[in-house]
Amino acid sequence: MMKQTQLTITENKKIAANTYRMLLAGDCSALSHAGQFINILIPGKFLRRPLSVCDYTAESVCIIYKTVGEGTEILSRMQPGEAVDALIGLGNGFDLAKSGDKPLLIGGGVGVPPLYKAAKDLIAAGKSVSVILGFNTKAEIFYKEDFEALGCHVILTTADGSAGTKGFVSDVMDTIDYDYFYACGPKPMFEAIEKKARTGGQYSFEERMGCGFGACMGCTCKTKQGNKRICKEGPVLEREEVLW
Amino acid sequence: MVDTRVELCALPLDNPVIPASGTFGFGYEFADIYDINCLGTFSFKGTTLSPRYGNATPRIAESESGMLNAVGLQNPGVEKVISEELPKLKQCFHKPVMANVSGFSVEEYVATSRALDACNEIGWLEINISCPNVHGGGMSFGTSAAVAAEVTRAVKAVSTKPVIMKLSPNVTDIVSIAKACEDAGADGISLVNTFLGMKIDLKTKKPLLANKTGGLSGPAIKPLAVRMVYQVYEAVNIPIVGMGGIMNAEDVIEFMLAGATAVEVGAANLISPYACKHIIDALPEVMEHYGIASLKEIIGKGH
Repeated sequence: MMKQTQLTITENKKIAANTYRMLLAGDCSALSHAGQFINILIPGKFLRRPLSVCDYTAESVCIIYKTVGEGTEILSRMQPGEAVDALIGLGNGFDLAKSGDKPLLIGGGVGVPPLYKAAKDLIAAGKSVSVILGFNTKAEIFYKEDFEALGCHVILTTADGSAGTKGFVSDVMDTIDYDYFYACGPKPMFEAIEKKARTGGQYSFEERMGCGFGACMGCTCKTKQGNKRICKEGPVLEREEVLW
Repeated sequence: MVDTRVELCALPLDNPVIPASGTFGFGYEFADIYDINCLGTFSFKGTTLSPRYGNATPRIAESESGMLNAVGLQNPGVEKVISEELPKLKQCFHKPVMANVSGFSVEEYVATSRALDACNEIGWLEINISCPNVHGGGMSFGTSAAVAAEVTRAVKAVSTKPVIMKLSPNVTDIVSIAKACEDAGADGISLVNTFLGMKIDLKTKKPLLANKTGGLSGPAIKPLAVRMVYQVYEAVNIPIVGMGGIMNAEDVIEFMLAGATAVEVGAANLISPYACKHIIDALPEVMEHYGIASLKEIIGKGH
């Protein structure tokens, strides 16, 4: 269930090109699933910014974000000790119960963060987890070692070939033995995955949002099961229900 | 002890705070986190005769002190609103609710209004002749005094409940349109809907919203809306529901001084789901601070 809460920044650190990791402390008990998001108020900006959750406990949350506009620029300059007003526990998150024994996690760019908590939970459940991390270039890579430290089998791709396999995440899918997948990233990446995928899976979608909790209909998409709000019935949709 | 009660078209409200249509759905998202019976009432999601998906995304854009939206009247259609949404709404809201009606022809406004008028849960019909985000409907009915009057007359002819006409600010003379609605039998006027706006994305060099244009709301429009409420109050004798960028209890009082009997809160709900509750909770203290014993008594006192 959604909660509005004040969180205190405990860390705000650049971890890759234009990419920051922020740790926040406070009541995070509203978070219940990997793949959920929080919607934070940024000083001087009217609308909140929805940010996917990389990891959480009942008392802390970790987000990784890219500076893509004024809002995230302001966020990147905020200091430990500052308070942030957040709506937390938003969205459905991944349904990890559907995973087989050999799940594959596929992340592109800032689509990578929510897969971290998913990987953690899947490993804890005794699954053999493979991860494909896709970035544009070497300078943008983050969290490869963190996934490896969890015990995941990690394959790295970069579009320009500056690290890992040159190409896109979908190019290496065939080399992996998997029985279910979870993906987060830009829509063109999903379309490429869709052509390669041999199993069921789930996609976590991105959309510009008004409220983030289902009130404004700003982020609606059509699915085979009717209209869904990315913020409320999503952001995670089952592969089978997505209309491409 | 201050008195926050007002009457809107002869129906009592515990306080004048009404979440605006399109920012409160059918209430459940909010009822999940607090008891929405503290509200005066709320205006539910704009309803049309047939189901509507609305516009393509992006539908939302940020702007300075406000936001643009171009949702495009997404709603399940009046039949489903009555058979599915109202029974659910009844579980969490026990006061008369305000139905918000939109359409693409006079006949459609009439059919939707007639169906909603028959529902016991509904206290008022708010007729949206001001949606800027649909083509061939919505706002085109609210930009001509003659057409606004025609819709008013037609809806009044089939309604037993008070009919409140929701006006567009995107007109040369809002007073003449308000007057035309009053003369055609409207029981109240609500204003303003959003101001037609646009945002261009410097990265793509194209309008950011898929619909290109969208409606501007939020504090950015508040002075414009207060001015329009003030002008309309001088010209009509029916109650006004004022709205445009209300964020706090002080804003409520400002709109009431301009002439509003009740107010609607829109964009604020999207930033804080508790916005209306916080405004209602703050009202008594703010009233005391400004020496106001009864909200009823300050309506139009700015004149």
